[in-house]
Amino acid sequence: MSPSLPLVPFALIAVAIIGGGLMMLLSRNVVHATLWMLETMLATAALYLLLNAEFLALVQIMVYAGAVSVLVLFVVMLTLRRRQDAVRSLDASPVAAALAVLFVAAVSLGITRFTPTLAPASAQSPTILAFGQLLFDPKGPIMVPFEIASLVLLVALVGAVWWAGGERR
Amino acid sequence: MTLGLHAPLALGAVLFGLGLYGAVSKRSAVMVLMSLELMANAVNINLVTLSRFVTPVKATGQFFAVFAMVVSAAEIGLGLALVLALYRSFRTIELSAMDRLKG
Repeated sequence: MSPSLPLVPFALIAVAIIGGGLMMLLSRNVVHATLWMLETMLATAALYLLLNAEFLALVQIMVYAGAVSVLVLFVVMLTLRRRQDAVRSLDASPVAAALAVLFVAAVSLGITRFTPTLAPASAQSPTILAFGQLLFDPKGPIMVPFEIASLVLLVALVGAVWWAGGERR
Repeated sequence: MTLGLHAPLALGAVLFGLGLYGAVSKRSAVMVLMSLELMANAVNINLVTLSRFVTPVKATGQFFAVFAMVVSAAEIGLGLALVLALYRSFRTIELSAMDRLKG
């Protein structure tokens, strides 16, 4: 017996995620699109909770719903000269739609043929405590990648300030 | 009634398809970046799903997802800074206006 997901919560979350993504693409107003992206990110956090990834759900809310959405909203508002500029054309593109449909069809075919050896249903994911201890273990396998990740964030921060910063060079 | 491994994987595939459509079709640089975030989100959903169903005890996919989130946060930060820099020189964020390298 392998792990399983309850149908009704998963269906609700799936509708929230896909609906949010669709509404993001179908919103004429860029600010509304950003808010729909925020909704998608929050629904994804709920999916992580359903998948026993509590830590990732928290990080998802803080990083995507908190930081990224606010950053995108700031850039949207900084790059609008008039209020009317927020409303844009839909940019519908049959070629892009065909590409996306082809991609999803190909991946779905791969998914239906994908049968990995599943873990037993009794296997439990680590708690937040165990997860954090693994992540911050000085002798653990995650330590070096963790430090490199912090370096990546630092470089990205400096680069973002350099690019977005004032006129003088 | 319960669902197995394939339902969340299919959800991730559809979300990635939506992001792909947006990244290719949208003409606003900010919308393209938001579509890229949708795609990164879909990848993370797949990683966490596989972690839950295949390696729940070691949570390998969750660690991968943490690092994927770090990279996509760095990417959106740099991307938005780039959009601001482009806005300063072009006074617009329409991608069709950025054709200076066009032959």
